[in-house]
Amino acid sequence: MAGKSETPLVVKGKRIDGRKANELRKMTAEVGVIPKADGSAKFSMGETVAIAGVYGPKEVLPKHQTKDDRALIRVYYSMLPFSTTDRCRPGPSRRSKEISKVMIDALEAAVITEKYPATAIEIHVQILNANAGTRTAAINAASLALANAGIEMRDLVCAVASGKADDTVLLDLFQPEDNFGQADLPIAVMPNREEITLVQMDGDLSSKEFDEAMKLVMDSAMEIYEVQKAALIGKKENKK
Amino acid sequence: MSLVNTEFIKESLNNNVRSDGRKLDDYRNIEIETGIITQANGSARVKLGKTEVVAGVKFSVGKPYPDTADQGMFMVNGELSPISNPNYRSGPPSPESIELSRVVDRAIRESKTVNFEDLCIEEGEAAWMLSVDIYPMNSDGNLFDAGVIAALLAIKNAKFPEYDEKTGKVAHETRTKKGVKLQNVPVMVTIAKVGNKLLIDPTFEEESIMESRLNIATIDNGNICAMQKGGVTPVTNEELKNAVKLATNKGKELRKLLNKY
Amino acid sequence: MAKKLYVKDKDIVVPGQVLAEGMSYIPSGKAIRNGETITSTVVGKISNKGHVVKVVPIFEKYAPKMGDKIIGKVVSMNNYGWTLDIGVPVKCELDLREGSQSFIETGKMSQFYAVGDLVFVEIIGNRNGTFKVSAKDRLYRRLPSGHLINVDSGLIPRIIGKQGSMINMLKDESGCNVVIGQNGYVYVHCDNKENIYRVQEAIKLIGSDTTSSGLTEKVKKMLGGKK
Repeated sequence: MAGKSETPLVVKGKRIDGRKANELRKMTAEVGVIPKADGSAKFSMGETVAIAGVYGPKEVLPKHQTKDDRALIRVYYSMLPFSTTDRCRPGPSRRSKEISKVMIDALEAAVITEKYPATAIEIHVQILNANAGTRTAAINAASLALANAGIEMRDLVCAVASGKADDTVLLDLFQPEDNFGQADLPIAVMPNREEITLVQMDGDLSSKEFDEAMKLVMDSAMEIYEVQKAALIGKKENKK
Repeated sequence: MSLVNTEFIKESLNNNVRSDGRKLDDYRNIEIETGIITQANGSARVKLGKTEVVAGVKFSVGKPYPDTADQGMFMVNGELSPISNPNYRSGPPSPESIELSRVVDRAIRESKTVNFEDLCIEEGEAAWMLSVDIYPMNSDGNLFDAGVIAALLAIKNAKFPEYDEKTGKVAHETRTKKGVKLQNVPVMVTIAKVGNKLLIDPTFEEESIMESRLNIATIDNGNICAMQKGGVTPVTNEELKNAVKLATNKGKELRKLLNKY
Repeated sequence: MAKKLYVKDKDIVVPGQVLAEGMSYIPSGKAIRNGETITSTVVGKISNKGHVVKVVPIFEKYAPKMGDKIIGKVVSMNNYGWTLDIGVPVKCELDLREGSQSFIETGKMSQFYAVGDLVFVEIIGNRNGTFKVSAKDRLYRRLPSGHLINVDSGLIPRIIGKQGSMINMLKDESGCNVVIGQNGYVYVHCDNKENIYRVQEAIKLIGSDTTSSGLTEKVKKMLGGKK
């Protein structure tokens, strides 16, 4: 988290990419992009692109990790080496292991795991291009991939981060803003139930700023849901 | 996890028929897109039938190796990523992943398509390091050929970022107009041996029943620059000669396609 | 309390989507009740009759269940029976006593089913996570080497057709033996190898067709008579 940028990030309510403070970046979504997977999806928010592949329900290995009454959810999040400004070394970093872990909680809340006892559902997500908001794009892609796999869910999971830059609370920061970010608040929510499944925060937000940041996220959740819905309905035929 | 009827596939091959209707020496449909990853200095997405591979190039600056003080550095990294196939496990790179990386690396390095002296900035002090990372999005066989095409085209459309010689800092988010000059176009042709038949561009299903595999890379003048045999079953000298002939001829066709990008 | 139906018959819905409000509505299929509301748990098509709101899934991976007629491949055997691979990551076994109507000696097991053979069987039970199958009924047997086409298990009803109309037409027009496994495999065996690939093309056509009328005729036209 750096200090203030030299050029202002917000001028007369307009951000440097033309958006207003409460506007999401342009999103695209597509399902069935990995024919070998049981379910898959590609989700992009601005230039951040995430691809998710779901395998399961399947046998649990090692066997001792089996949960007799429900499915075990596993998430493997990684950023491809060429996806970041500075090349990142292949292999799991501490950051990607942590993101994998919080993603399990974020998605497991939505999956009706009791329908698949003694099985494992594996979710692999790769970031192809990173321009801030990678974990939220990952959750959006994963949620779609689970639905594409026909796995029963209470709701889809929609995620976006709000934050603060140039002392202004903004929705869905992109890299130029994130580089001067004063706070980062990624949130995942089941939009129809209005239930929050992921909360992370770091930076400096007053109580009022926090309320503002949360409102930005909750008000945009349905917009993300509509993009996911369109992708699922658009490709409803045989995915082989 | 898909059921494969080995016996029938082998029977059909005896009649020179493959499950997807191809001839023994046909490639699957090839689709290519370049410059698709904005954070990468160069990138390409290649589809070989249902196999899909993405390659990205990243430049950095480092001190050259003492014994090649006037040359830059080059590295290919590839992985059999579990997202692309239910049979691939998570964890440290498998021997197969490492083999993929090194075979693709050799095809490009030994072809001398990139002149490493062009990557030199200041002899003995600073040189460009060219890293190519290859990741399959969907693995339906023959990651080798798809990987070589993707890597080559990613290098071809790569542009150097700005480099400040005084500070020694690379401005990774920038893009100059200067790219890497390529001479020679290495083309890899992968051949699967099933019984006494040689199949070009095996699918995942064909790879699961093949007895051995040959990767053969050739350059513009028809010379061979890299080879690798995989699989337990031995090949005869005759089979090897035939495979090389097959790969050299097929390579010419592929090269025509690649030169369009 | 509010009573409202938000969807109509044949609508496509997604997980979490609110389908109806009010206790008088009855969720069916993949629809669930969450307090006053009924929501869908999958991507599916609405079938609405009166107060019943049913969601029929569109994306569905094959889940083995009792009574399913499936095609498996023998991967190993021991004195107790054969272990089959049925294309989904679950354990599946054919016990010796279920192998056939006739008695099978342990020494003669390979004469019935050998490793690598394809078999057409029925799921008769599940013991501790292992699915048990049987080939006792005359319908079930070893399938001689033939082409296996992998399809979405959701497509199987369309390949069978109303009262078998589609599969019977496929068999008649191609002159091939066609066996359908509910686990998403269509087995095709023919003396004329070319006809096998015509059946494969016909199945591709069935898979890509989104209209609901005249499909059988379309496919029949495509197959165009035995060679």
